[in-house]
Amino acid sequence: MGVYDNLNIPYSQYLDHHGQLHETCSDYTSDAKNLINFYKIMLRTRVFDQKAINLQRTGKLGTYASSLGQEAIGVALGAAMHANDVLAPTYRDYAVQLSRGIKMSDLLLYWGGDERGMDYEFSREDLPICVPIATHTCHAVGIAYAMKLRKQPRVMVCIIGDGATSKGDFYEALNAAGVWQLPVIFIINNNQWAISLPRDKQSATKTLAQKAVAAEIYAEQVDGNDVIACYERMHEFIERARTGGGPCLLEAISYRLSDHTTADDAQRYRSPADVEAQWQFDPISRLKTYLLENQFIDAEALDALQKQAEQEVEEQVKIYLNTATQPPEAMFDYLYETLPEALQSQRDEVMRKGKKHE
Amino acid sequence: MSETNLVEAVNKALAWELDHDKDVVLLGEDIGLNGGVFRATDGLQSKFGEQRVIDTPLAETLIVGMAVGLASQGIRAVVEIQFMGFIYSTIDNMISHATRMRNRTRGRLTCPMVLRAPYGGGIHAPEHHSESTEAIFAHMPGIRVVIPSSPLRAYGLLLASIRDPDPVVFLEPKRIYRLQKESIEEAGVALPLDVCFTLREGDDITLVSWGAMVHETLQAAEKLAEQNISAEVIDVATIKPLDMKTILASVEKTGRCVIVHEAARTCGVGSEIAAQLAEFGLTFLLAPVQRVSGYDTIMPLYRLENYYMPSVEQILSAANAALEYA
Ligand SMILES: Cc1ncc(C[n+]2csc(CCOP(=O)(O)OP(=O)(O)O)c2C)c(N)n1
Ligand SMILES: [Mg+2]
Repeated sequence: MGVYDNLNIPYSQYLDHHGQLHETCSDYTSDAKNLINFYKIMLRTRVFDQKAINLQRTGKLGTYASSLGQEAIGVALGAAMHANDVLAPTYRDYAVQLSRGIKMSDLLLYWGGDERGMDYEFSREDLPICVPIATHTCHAVGIAYAMKLRKQPRVMVCIIGDGATSKGDFYEALNAAGVWQLPVIFIINNNQWAISLPRDKQSATKTLAQKAVAAEIYAEQVDGNDVIACYERMHEFIERARTGGGPCLLEAISYRLSDHTTADDAQRYRSPADVEAQWQFDPISRLKTYLLENQFIDAEALDALQKQAEQEVEEQVKIYLNTATQPPEAMFDYLYETLPEALQSQRDEVMRKGKKHE
Repeated sequence: MSETNLVEAVNKALAWELDHDKDVVLLGEDIGLNGGVFRATDGLQSKFGEQRVIDTPLAETLIVGMAVGLASQGIRAVVEIQFMGFIYSTIDNMISHATRMRNRTRGRLTCPMVLRAPYGGGIHAPEHHSESTEAIFAHMPGIRVVIPSSPLRAYGLLLASIRDPDPVVFLEPKRIYRLQKESIEEAGVALPLDVCFTLREGDDITLVSWGAMVHETLQAAEKLAEQNISAEVIDVATIKPLDMKTILASVEKTGRCVIVHEAARTCGVGSEIAAQLAEFGLTFLLAPVQRVSGYDTIMPLYRLENYYMPSVEQILSAANAALEYA
C-alpha cells in the first residue's frame, strides 16, 4: 500500500450527509446569502430536471440525461468560476450551466432537437455540451493554451464523468496540461456509473484522481454531494490556476440517482435498493438541514424558493414549447460562413421538400 | 424457426457463432449485463461468460486496438461500437492496422475482426446518434463494409462477416431494428458477402439502395407498379467491395437507374456506383443516373431530421425524371 500512500490524494468533506459541519468555512461559505444561493440553484436544477423528464415521457422532449443527485458539483463550480472563465461541459452539467446564465429554455431546445439550444445568450465562450465522451478534454487544453498565450487571468474548466477517465483523450489532455502548466481545471463527476458499467469495472485504480499524478498534476478528491467542500476546493484550485499555479484535477464523488438517460433502464444492471440507499447522501437535503438548524433560513422561505423554482421552470417550458421549429433549410445555415454556390441547389431542394410538407 | 426482428437476428447470429466457434469473442461498452443499448447482445454474457462477452472500459481506441491484437492471434473479435457517432476514434486503428495487417506481413498475420455499429437516423436520437458515414469505411482498401436491410439478411450476413478472414465493418440500420419480423431458421447458415440482393425484379427502371432506405425504395417500387411501371430493386448489402456486375446487368436491362442512400451526397457510395455506371454502362443508359440522398449538411438534430432523410416522394420524383428523360 506504500505506493498508494505516496500518491497522497487528499479527500475533503465539510458538510456530512446529516447536515453537520466538520470544517471551518471560508468567509464565502460562512455567509448565509451564498449558501442560500447554492440551495436555490440546486433546487432550480432539480425542478428543471424533473420537468424535463416529464416532458420526455409525454413526448414533448427527446432523450434526456438527468443530473439527479449531482447538483452540488455544478452549483459549487458555477460559484467558483468567474463569468469570463470558460466551461467545457458534458451533457449532465445543467447545474453549472444554469449558474452561468444559460437558459432552461435553451437546454430544453437542445434536447428537443433544435440546434438553437446551443446558441447561449450568456457565457458565450463556453463550449456546447460534449457528447463524444472525453473529446472536450483536449479542447480545454487548447482554450487554456490560448488564455496563457494571451496572458489573460482566466481559467478553463473541463468536466468529465468517471467513464471518461478511461479514454486516451483524457490522458493526452492531462499530459499536455502538465507540460505547459496551463490554467485548466479538470473536474471528474464520479457518479459511480458509466451507463451500466460500475466504477470498479471502469478502472482498477483506488481513486480516479490519481490518474493525474502521472502527469505531475496536483489532484484531490472531494465529497461531490457536499456543496460547501466542492466550492472550497474548486475556488482554491481555480484561483491558483488563475495566478499561474498550473493545472489541477478534482474528483468529486457523487452518485447517479437516475437512469443514465430517459432511454436507459438502470434496473437491468443495478438494484433499486442500492439506489434507494444512496438517497441519504442527497446534496440538497443535507444543505437544507444545515440551513434550517442554523437558522439561516426558515421553512416558509424554503417553501417560497420551491415555488419560485417551479414558476421559473413553468415559464421556461412555455418559452420552449412556443418556439417554432426552424424551416428545413436551416440545416444549411451556419454550415459555412457563406454557403458555397455548389450547395445552393441542395438547399433549394430541401426548401421544396419543406413546402410540400406544409 | 422463429419470428425475429433485425436486432434479434443480430443477437441470434452472435449466439450461434459464440456457440459454434470457441474463438469468437465479443467486446464493447455495456454489452454484458445491460445487453447493449439496443439489446443486440442481450443474454449473451450470462450464457457465454464474462471472458468471451467482454464489458470494456469506456475507450473505443482500446476496443478496436484490442480487436486487432486479438484477431492477429486468430481470435474472431466482434466489436460493438455503441453508435456510429462514436466510431471515429477507431479509424486510426482500422486504416493503419486492421485493413493492412495481411498486406504488410504478406499474409503472415491477418485481421479477422468485425466492427459492428448501429447507424442512421430517423429515431429522434440525440446529437451524434444519427449519422450515416459508411462511405468513410468504404474508402479504405482491404476492408468489407456490409449493411443488412432485413432480419434474414442480418442473420446470414453477420454470420458470414464473422467467418470472413478479413476485417468487416457491419453497420446495422437502427431505424429498422424492430420494423419487421421474418422467420429465421437458426441453423447457422451464412449468406454470401460481396453480392447484391435483387429484392424485386422489373424491366423499366433499377432502384439501388442499402440499409434502412431499402424500405422506402421498395415502397416507391410498389407505387410505380400501380402506374404499371416495373422497377427492379437491388439491395447492395455489401457496399465494399461493390458487386457492380449485378447492378450493371440490371441497368443494361432497364436503361435507367436511381440510387438511394441516407448518407450525405458528396462522395457517398452512390457516387461510386454512378461513376461505374458511367464507365461501364454508358452505352445502355437511357437517362442520367439519379441520386436521392441526404444533404451535404451536418445531420440536423431531430426536429429537422425527416427533411434530411430521403422520402418515398423524392425517390418517385427521381424515378419519374429518369423515366421521362427522352
Ligand atoms: C466516445 C463515446 N463512446 C460512447 C458513448 C456513449 N455513451 C454516452 S454516455 C456514456 C457513459 C459515460 O459515462 P461517464 O463518463 O461516467 O459519464 P456519465 O454519463 O456517468 O455522466 C457512454 C458510453 C459516447 N457518448 N461517446
Ligand atoms: Mg459516470
